[in-house]
Amino acid sequence: MTDFIVPKLSYVQLSPILIVLGGALIGVLIEAFLSRKVRPIAQLTITLGSLILALIQLWHIRHESSLTAAMGSVAIDGATILMQGSILLIAILAVALIADNEHFTVLAAAVPGSPEERDSLQSGEKLTEVFPLTLFAVAGMLLFPASNDLITLFVALEMLSLPLYLMAGLSRRRRLMSQEAALKYFLLGAFSSAFFLFGAAYLYGYSGSVSLAGIRAAVVGGSGNDVFLLMGIAFLSIGLLFKVGAVPFHAWTPDVYQGAPTPITAFMAAATKVAAFGAMLRIFYTSLANANWDWRPMMSIIAIITMLFGSVVAIAQRDVKRMLAYSSIAHAGFLLTGVIALNKSGLDASIFYLFAYGVATVGAFGVVTLVRDSSGEVTDLNKWAGLAKRSPFAATLFAGFLLAFAGIPLTSGFIGKFSIFSAAYESGNKSLVIVGVLSSAIAAYFYIRVIVLMFFKDAADDGTSVIIPSILTRSTLIITSVITILLGVYPAPLLNFINSLASFVR
Amino acid sequence: MNPANYLYVSALLFTIGAIGVVVRRNAIVVFMCVELMLNACNLAFVTFARINGNLDGQVVAFFTMVVAACEVVVGLAIIVTIYRSRRSASVDDASLLKR
Repeated sequence: MTDFIVPKLSYVQLSPILIVLGGALIGVLIEAFLSRKVRPIAQLTITLGSLILALIQLWHIRHESSLTAAMGSVAIDGATILMQGSILLIAILAVALIADNEHFTVLAAAVPGSPEERDSLQSGEKLTEVFPLTLFAVAGMLLFPASNDLITLFVALEMLSLPLYLMAGLSRRRRLMSQEAALKYFLLGAFSSAFFLFGAAYLYGYSGSVSLAGIRAAVVGGSGNDVFLLMGIAFLSIGLLFKVGAVPFHAWTPDVYQGAPTPITAFMAAATKVAAFGAMLRIFYTSLANANWDWRPMMSIIAIITMLFGSVVAIAQRDVKRMLAYSSIAHAGFLLTGVIALNKSGLDASIFYLFAYGVATVGAFGVVTLVRDSSGEVTDLNKWAGLAKRSPFAATLFAGFLLAFAGIPLTSGFIGKFSIFSAAYESGNKSLVIVGVLSSAIAAYFYIRVIVLMFFKDAADDGTSVIIPSILTRSTLIITSVITILLGVYPAPLLNFINSLASFVR
Repeated sequence: MNPANYLYVSALLFTIGAIGVVVRRNAIVVFMCVELMLNACNLAFVTFARINGNLDGQVVAFFTMVVAACEVVVGLAIIVTIYRSRRSASVDDASLLKR
């Protein structure tokens, strides 16, 4: 009988995650005990406060010497710090959009069109459950790229997904579509996490260990049953590729992006991508690096299909949110080239790209929330014609974000694409680079078409207008656009910072 | 008995679940098929724990059960809401979001 060993958790390293979780729990208590009048302001304070506190704490621990926490289950290395910082910053910006309660229904359980729904809307009350849900999702996202064993990976994956399924169904207008988005996201998300878990089971079967370091040792040793390894890689990748929305596992992306309330779409599109790619980079750069002959060819094919499919199908879209969804699929393809590159510059470039893309995405969806008519947000592209005459501010910002997505020089997108493609070139994947540049050119076509639509077409008189943004929304829009331009003009400090910090503990 | 047989059963259950998700229409049944897939994973984990001679796989199975329970809570909430709005839990009826 061995003695019970007290686990050493290293609370300091875990503190950013714990602060966010603590904020979420306080948020649940606020829902239970405070009156409806004070809840919105209390929730907003707690949410923003815990996110900012976590970010400050993260800055303090960035050079901590101990790299793993919770007995090796969580890796707090340089790459984790950078991913968590990106996620927290994106979450803060997105929460400022979420704080505009105009987007959410008051009583999510009320049947659309029922007397209860009418009464709840007339009462002028606000939905505040969304704040703790956001914090739970953020905590899951912080844990996912830091996970250093299969159990933590799976728990973090579910922790980030489950609140998002619910949040997708909270829209105030077009509620049936919103609920449908929640259902689709949930069923397909649960389906893919089953694949993820099955892959995890086979990796465990192959290596006899649930820790990523143990799997790495088994892969390097190469003594196990290769069938288990291949099945494990295949199924685990399906689960991860689903989360990042790569073709052919992208089917949920356009529907969920379109149906979910726009601030939630902004949050989910940006932060989930960082978290999922963070976990993917860790798994493929550490555990499975020595098996790269097994997964690289298939991943390259998926990356190529994803880039081309996303760019080509986006051209045919008539809805702004669907167009941004297909653009996010194309970006998932660009990011996959960073995973396939499998070198230090690929890691640096991926992290920079994730941050730049996430910030621009929050900004772009932030602009979408402003364009309204009497029935709510207007997402039909035809009605966006002549937007610059209605609001030069909104149209200019949106044009800036689209140019960043397209990768035009002097925006963050250009630096991101340039560094990720040069990393892929360095690792000898020339075909990937060629397809990447080609599909960037295709993608530029539809981004620029939208800009032409906004600036050089006449506005129809159809009641579409651009509302005056609230102070929080406005600050999000300004901060995101400043970051987007700044990273395009003067990226060196951030690139150097990432370069000095980004590494995986093995 | 050869533990590999349990792996075959687990793969079979997983396949039945996956096919069920693809072909069935009722959201509840689709969801039950997902749960079947999760349980197939559990069986695989426990079998591998036996083959590898350590307890890690059994620990994972416990975590999976808890996570699956959370998923049931969230999933049924969403499905019941949809049913109350539409009087139907068919995944084919929910098709507003197309182009």
